Amino acid sequence: MAEKFDAIVVGAGPSGNAAAYTLAKSGLKVLQLERGEYPGSKNVQGAILYADALERIIPDFREDAPLERHIIEQRMWVLDDASFIGSHYRSDDFNKPPHNRYTIIRAQFDKWFSQKAQEAGVLLICETTVTDLIMDGTQVIGVRTDRLGGSIYADVVILADGVNSMLARKAGFRPELNPGDVALAVKEIHFMPEETIASRFNVSGDAGVVIEMIGKITKGMMGTGFLYTNKESLTIGVGCMLSDFKKQKISPNRLLEEMKSHPSIRPLIEGGEMKEYAAHLIPEGGYKAIPRIYGEGWLIAGDSGMFVNAVHREGSNLAMTTGRIAAETVIELAAQGKACSTKNLAAYRAKLDQSFVMKDMKKYQNLPDILHRNPQFLTTYPELLNQAAHIMLKVDGVDKKSKEKQIRSNFAHRRSLFGLVGDAYKMWRAFE
Amino acid sequence: MSEEKRVPVKKAGKGKYELSEQLKAYKGVWVFVEHERGEVHPVSWELLGEGRKLADTLGVPLSGVVLGAPGLATRRFCEEAFFHGADNCYLMEDAVLNNYRNQPFTKGLTDLVNAYQPEILLLGATTQGRDLAGSVATTLKTGLTADCTELNIDMENRSLAASRPTFGGSLLCTILTLNYRPQMATVRPRVMALPDRDNRRLGSIVEHPLGLIEADIVTKVLEYIPDNRQDKPQLAFADIIVSGGRGMKNPDNFQLIWDLALMLGAEVGASRPVVQAGWVEADRQVGQSGKTVRPKLYIAAGISGAVQHRVGMEGADVIIAINNDPNAPIFDFATYGIVGNAMTILPALTQAFKQRLAMAKMAG
Amino acid sequence: MHIVVCIKQVPDSAQIRVHPVTNTIMRQGVPAIVNPYDLFSLEEALRLKDVHGGRVTVITMGPPQAEAALRKCIAFGADEAILVTDRAFAGADTLATSYALASAITQIGKDQAVDMVFAGKQTIDGDTAQVGPGIAKRMDLQLLTYVSQVDALDLMTRTVRVQRRAEGGVQVLTTKLPCLVTMLEGSNEMRFASMDNMFRAARYQLKVWDRVAAGIDDVGKIGLKGSPTVVSKVFAPQARTQRAEIIDTESGEPRDIALTLLSKLFTQHPKLGEAISKRAT
Repeated sequence: MAEKFDAIVVGAGPSGNAAAYTLAKSGLKVLQLERGEYPGSKNVQGAILYADALERIIPDFREDAPLERHIIEQRMWVLDDASFIGSHYRSDDFNKPPHNRYTIIRAQFDKWFSQKAQEAGVLLICETTVTDLIMDGTQVIGVRTDRLGGSIYADVVILADGVNSMLARKAGFRPELNPGDVALAVKEIHFMPEETIASRFNVSGDAGVVIEMIGKITKGMMGTGFLYTNKESLTIGVGCMLSDFKKQKISPNRLLEEMKSHPSIRPLIEGGEMKEYAAHLIPEGGYKAIPRIYGEGWLIAGDSGMFVNAVHREGSNLAMTTGRIAAETVIELAAQGKACSTKNLAAYRAKLDQSFVMKDMKKYQNLPDILHRNPQFLTTYPELLNQAAHIMLKVDGVDKKSKEKQIRSNFAHRRSLFGLVGDAYKMWRAFE
Repeated sequence: MSEEKRVPVKKAGKGKYELSEQLKAYKGVWVFVEHERGEVHPVSWELLGEGRKLADTLGVPLSGVVLGAPGLATRRFCEEAFFHGADNCYLMEDAVLNNYRNQPFTKGLTDLVNAYQPEILLLGATTQGRDLAGSVATTLKTGLTADCTELNIDMENRSLAASRPTFGGSLLCTILTLNYRPQMATVRPRVMALPDRDNRRLGSIVEHPLGLIEADIVTKVLEYIPDNRQDKPQLAFADIIVSGGRGMKNPDNFQLIWDLALMLGAEVGASRPVVQAGWVEADRQVGQSGKTVRPKLYIAAGISGAVQHRVGMEGADVIIAINNDPNAPIFDFATYGIVGNAMTILPALTQAFKQRLAMAKMAG
Repeated sequence: MHIVVCIKQVPDSAQIRVHPVTNTIMRQGVPAIVNPYDLFSLEEALRLKDVHGGRVTVITMGPPQAEAALRKCIAFGADEAILVTDRAFAGADTLATSYALASAITQIGKDQAVDMVFAGKQTIDGDTAQVGPGIAKRMDLQLLTYVSQVDALDLMTRTVRVQRRAEGGVQVLTTKLPCLVTMLEGSNEMRFASMDNMFRAARYQLKVWDRVAAGIDDVGKIGLKGSPTVVSKVFAPQARTQRAEIIDTESGEPRDIALTLLSKLFTQHPKLGEAISKRAT
């Protein structure tokens, strides 16, 4: 006997859990299908949790969610081969509850979030892959799974099945992934005693630090490195565009190994024991890569809809927010007794356009292209900046004015004045 | 010896304990002599070698326990037990003991223990030994430690300190059976060294009846199909083993292991991840959850040397380790280490051996 | 026919790591799975049910989280699942465990007589292979360990014929019900659960039994008190007195390294060298 649900959510990551939780809370009959062995099983790495997005779904999440550390300090490093120049922003305001950002271990967090969804009434079935959408003409009326007797029906299907979204592609809702639109990130978790973390990063209690890194570590590829402090471990990783990895023929593994041996990074992770290693894809195509996100009986949320703000390294908050808004759209239609038709589900897109999600996505829509066509931002500039700092800080009997001159000439030598002005303009446009 | 009468009253682990008068009567170390189809499993002799040390430490006799069909063969097993270190043998002969079956063997061994009260009873961790040990320990309501890799006497408590890998083979633990006798343990084949055989050694035989007739036994043996030995890898008794681990990266590279093994006439072994990945059959797995081996030469390529693997091969005479991680634990116990890429070292080794052997051949 | 299958939830040992400094187990993030050996027994039980009818009850003794393992067995097709959980069971060794499980299975049998009990050959976390035989002895069941194949089952004569792995071959055995069977790994392959069974498992209300429900009066026979063995210490293996002699050459060329190694091998271990050389002829 085929079962019928009000809604089927495909995927039990942050986006799917947000959608399923919100739907079930409103009393709808929800089935959630997850390919992995359990929620979070495919996600072992550390990550950043943005409180605001979760707070709008589970206001009191801080009471029992598995949070590692709240972030009180953000470091931005621009690295050359053996040096870095950077800025640190640390504020005691970030140390006052309610905290704004946390480091989390995804495997634990996803499990907790899913538990909340199940408590709200979601029926979760794991280890089950949705192979097809069941169509009635152009309308999605259910899903087919890889199991015997695997057809299940629902009024609406929310696809939150991640960056690969085999389903959306198969159904023709989304084009094949363009390697230029996805980043491949590799992360490791290194075990480290709490006291070591406290002394090495100058934090106490549950406070933590995040370091974002650009520059030579990515060997001219578009991407960033990062290091987060967890309670008893560090998350360290690097991500670059998939197309760049292909072009440069560098394995992500090796890239991370080399990054870990950088003289500015090595001392931070020294003595840690590698516990977990994971690689995953991040959709970083930005606004222009966002596919159609709704249709007759279906919605797309999270990574599956390419909702990632690469510039600010925000993903899970966009995933949760799109998942929540997708659910709210369905709930409103159900309350009004309206069908989940293309016309009615257009409200989902409208709501996203009104929210920070689309506004932010739009804001940086040109950045990926700019960085892609102008690798100097990631190679030449880090080098020049580090050189400049080195020249200025080295006390060697040369007067400061001459030093400035040398720096200017270095910049002009490596990049024409025209190029410099052009670059500045491009960046300003991208961030404007 | 004075130890023999010493009463253990010291605390062991947590809390004090004192053996009851009744349990103090349990004396001596026993080894169950396992045989099938007229052949004693070598693990029994290995256990006698180890049991000899335990018995000497305790100052008690070492006994073999032989259960089997009446006849010369069974008696010869007792004789062999003496050659391998036993002082005496408990012998139970009965036609129903012709083939191993759980019910009569459990009754036989349990009866012997109750009648003659050994303090330690060792069995091989084989399909027969494990089947029997679990049944006997439950029937006697005593402690049993499985798959031990090290046996010692904790003289303070006059008790058997049985060590075995734990937590998936990443650590070792020592287990004591304090207020119960006998203390039982099983040891896997090839974990302990085979003692020298001394055919001048003599011993006495204590016979004991089984007291069971065929009609009492529910399970019947209809047939016995011997294995075709040829088609299975014989790692346990190989002189040279070339093993590969996860560091070989892919099944294609694993061919380099086979190349070297072929050149040396060696067996091919593997670590658990390689077997789990399906690159080689499970029979080739060396380690806690695979085979224990004691070759003259063990070459490990791309194997980190975690405890899980180590307990299966550290009995090798010479270990050559090839690993690109200079901190790999295998370098802590290998004889020779090469820090480098196995994919280039292995072919070089194969070539070098080939030249050596060609020269040896020419020299006659 | 009523078959009881004993299972255990275990940490996926392949994923356990040990802290390098404190030598403590880092269980963080280690997924819990159904002991892989148990699945061969469960599948065999399900196959017998497919052919002969009846029902399969799955039982485990463990912490409340072990529920997930039982649910998985329901998804595979088990009819009932019972979680035997009680703080009093903590610290049980194999003797105490087999006592608790035997008591619980006896309780199950009061509802419908148990014809066969299946247990895993061993667990991947304890590796003892003792609980199965222990249950059989306590319940006076015929014991069939390391079974590679169940050849025939005749419910009229209550006879079962199996192939049992012995050291040098295979025993073909016949015995009477009730019996306890442990299956050899690789003897079958676990089925892929149907969608209906996945739904059933997700919604299944499993039975939770405490010590009393499992029919245990005497706390002296369970948990730490009922366990003859005690773990006196847990430790990391000692490094051998000397580390490996690292073979390296100036050139660092594999060929030079190989030749250096061989000359050491053949001069420092003449007997081994002889044994290797013999293979040339």
